[in-house]
Amino acid sequence: MINELSRRRFLSQAGIGVSAAWVSAHWPEMVSAATHAHQAMQSGVAYKFEFFTFAEATEIDALSARIIPTDDTPGAREAGVLYFIDRALVTFANGDQQKYREGLPELQSLVREKFPGVEKFSAATAEQQDELLHTMEASQTEKSPRRRSLKSAQTFLEALRIQTIAGFLIDPEVGLGNRGGVGWKLIAREPEHSFQPPFGYYDKDYPGWQPAPKMADKK
Amino acid sequence: MNEEQPKYKTSDEVDFVIIGSGAAGGILAKELSTNGFRVVVLEQGPYLTEADYTHNEIKVLGEDLLTNHPKLQPTTFRKTPQDKAKQQRALIYGRSVGGTSVHFTANFWRFHEIDFIERSKVGAIPSANLVDWPIQYADLEPYYTKVEWEIGVSGLAGASPFDPPRSKPYPMPPLPVKSSGVIFERAARQLGWNPFPAPMAILSQPRAGRSACVNCGFCLSFGCEVGAKSSSLVAAIRVAERTGRCEIRPDSYVHRIETDARGRAVGAAYFDKDKNTHLQKAKAVIVCANGAETPRLLLMSANKHFPNGLANNSSGVVGKNLMLNSAAISMGVFDHPLNDYKGFAVSRILHDFYELDAQKVGFYGGGGLDGRFDATPIGFALNGLPPDTPKWGGAFKKTLAENFTRTMEVFSHGTSLPREENSFSLDPDLKDAWGLPALRMTYKDHPDDLKLAKWLNDRALELLDAAGARKKWSYPITEQEFAVHLLGTCRIGNDPKTSVINTDHRTHDVKNLFLCDGSSLVTSGRGQPTMTIEALAFRAADRITALAKSGELSA
Repeated sequence: MINELSRRRFLSQAGIGVSAAWVSAHWPEMVSAATHAHQAMQSGVAYKFEFFTFAEATEIDALSARIIPTDDTPGAREAGVLYFIDRALVTFANGDQQKYREGLPELQSLVREKFPGVEKFSAATAEQQDELLHTMEASQTEKSPRRRSLKSAQTFLEALRIQTIAGFLIDPEVGLGNRGGVGWKLIAREPEHSFQPPFGYYDKDYPGWQPAPKMADKK
Repeated sequence: MNEEQPKYKTSDEVDFVIIGSGAAGGILAKELSTNGFRVVVLEQGPYLTEADYTHNEIKVLGEDLLTNHPKLQPTTFRKTPQDKAKQQRALIYGRSVGGTSVHFTANFWRFHEIDFIERSKVGAIPSANLVDWPIQYADLEPYYTKVEWEIGVSGLAGASPFDPPRSKPYPMPPLPVKSSGVIFERAARQLGWNPFPAPMAILSQPRAGRSACVNCGFCLSFGCEVGAKSSSLVAAIRVAERTGRCEIRPDSYVHRIETDARGRAVGAAYFDKDKNTHLQKAKAVIVCANGAETPRLLLMSANKHFPNGLANNSSGVVGKNLMLNSAAISMGVFDHPLNDYKGFAVSRILHDFYELDAQKVGFYGGGGLDGRFDATPIGFALNGLPPDTPKWGGAFKKTLAENFTRTMEVFSHGTSLPREENSFSLDPDLKDAWGLPALRMTYKDHPDDLKLAKWLNDRALELLDAAGARKKWSYPITEQEFAVHLLGTCRIGNDPKTSVINTDHRTHDVKNLFLCDGSSLVTSGRGQPTMTIEALAFRAADRITALAKSGELSA
């Protein structure tokens, strides 16, 4: 991909690291995962998870809904991201299974530690959930005593974040993860594949190419 | 695939076997078959056409539909020859009929006079191996014109005061301007610079049975579904096929050039789709496999006459002097939607900094800027937002929603100095899925290349300021570890001790072996090499035709 796979896009992504590399490595199989999520959402029958238990699925659903929340516009939930991820973990992202297996219990101990009486992430309030995510994130960069104990949770969170974004923004015409095109609607990417100028605000009144009034002679 | 193609037997000694069907290989196939020769083109990738290309980001970008595959063809990287190389994805190139020209950006800048004579002009540069070309801009000018007219380039002659002389205008007007282009143009003029319509190898008008660009928005990295992008497939290989003398043989992975007792090439050994090996015999072999695979193939073809690799006896520089072009990216966010995801990538560029005064700026180099947008939705969400954006949550979502249509890039493209220790070589340990030695890249940017990237990027940031960007930032400028432009590894030259091929593109050491692709370049230009690779290919075709007609290539 990198995409960029564009030449320098690639360079920049290489510099940025993990996330782009992950997408690049796993992109192939995302198609089938996306198709799967779409079918699951459309079938209307109870979805049988392939990787998650129902309890785990509830947690993942709650987590991805904090990553791309539903507010006045659809979020991860409406895009069917949970199903996309479930499918991903038994196909292209099966290398990430361990991250989920180790990260989820670690997250739950953190929930109980920070909010006694709250049994799991999905049972916490939205504010508590965000605080938990911030705690996991912060321990990535700080040398806190918690650093070691939250390592699995961090790794898990980053994988989940990337998978949530991919399941939300994948081309709806292709794999139909991005259910109903809600991801593309959010970013205002029109679904067509042929456009005529003017394209945007700044080119609509362009008078046509004119030589500069006075061309600098720098040669 | 065209039905008029002949099917040659491998035992049938054709006039030329061409290895690689990309920017150079496609043009050589077109020219040589048109000139009456019998040609076989061996392409390691599949024969894909418009019907196979897709807007499916996942297939194209993730499954490497059009590019070399990191699992089948793993690579290694190290910064210096003293380091042990680590396995990592080190390069990308096109791997289907048409090569990288299928998915490139299609920025088609000519080199300027200075690119050919820079060593004479600036003198020696410490820890660089900068030399003059053995040919000049004037030698190549007719062939640049040929590329523009025969392959199809849109642009506006005379729009840049820095353009080198040209014998003919462009055959087509420039592509429409994008919002990124208007912003770029207005800001650059405000700064006293000279922006102009980007010359692009994309049709702005229907031409030669091909459609004009429909602005679908899946351009860079993607194959063009309407044939508007001037890949060597649509612009050259289809012409070659119509001669009835050229066979394109896809899924043919050449791993060795065989030579006879006299040290002449006899043909190319390759794996077919099922990994069976064949030897295609030919009177002469032309390698156009790109700046990484061409030296790799020569090194893999070592034998008792050529212990250091084929055509590497006299110089020992096969694979060396690799140049990637320095680069930097700055991003800007604007108040109103640009919708720059529509259309091709680039509509305005500038060349005011093509030739910087080293005395003034304190380093060697030069380059150009372009205004563009080339991101796709998932990649944009992961890597295209300002660095201070939260990585999740409502604020992340809001910024993503706001920025996708309001972001543009200013891309800086510049010189790379050749350094002998920067190279492609054979990894001593790692093998590919065919059991062949993996490519090993050794690369460390010359300090001047990094200073140049920083300097150009500072201009890009000035431009974004002048344009009124409400937010701007840059990707970090660091030493490169990933190659897209693969240049200089079998350079052209008059001296067999310091170059691999002569001005006829003939290797100094093997009389009937020719090389033409990014590996031939002596200097890197200012970041857009394909136009020059194609001009060299047209010129090489003339030289090789003359040699063949004079009987020079017969045994």
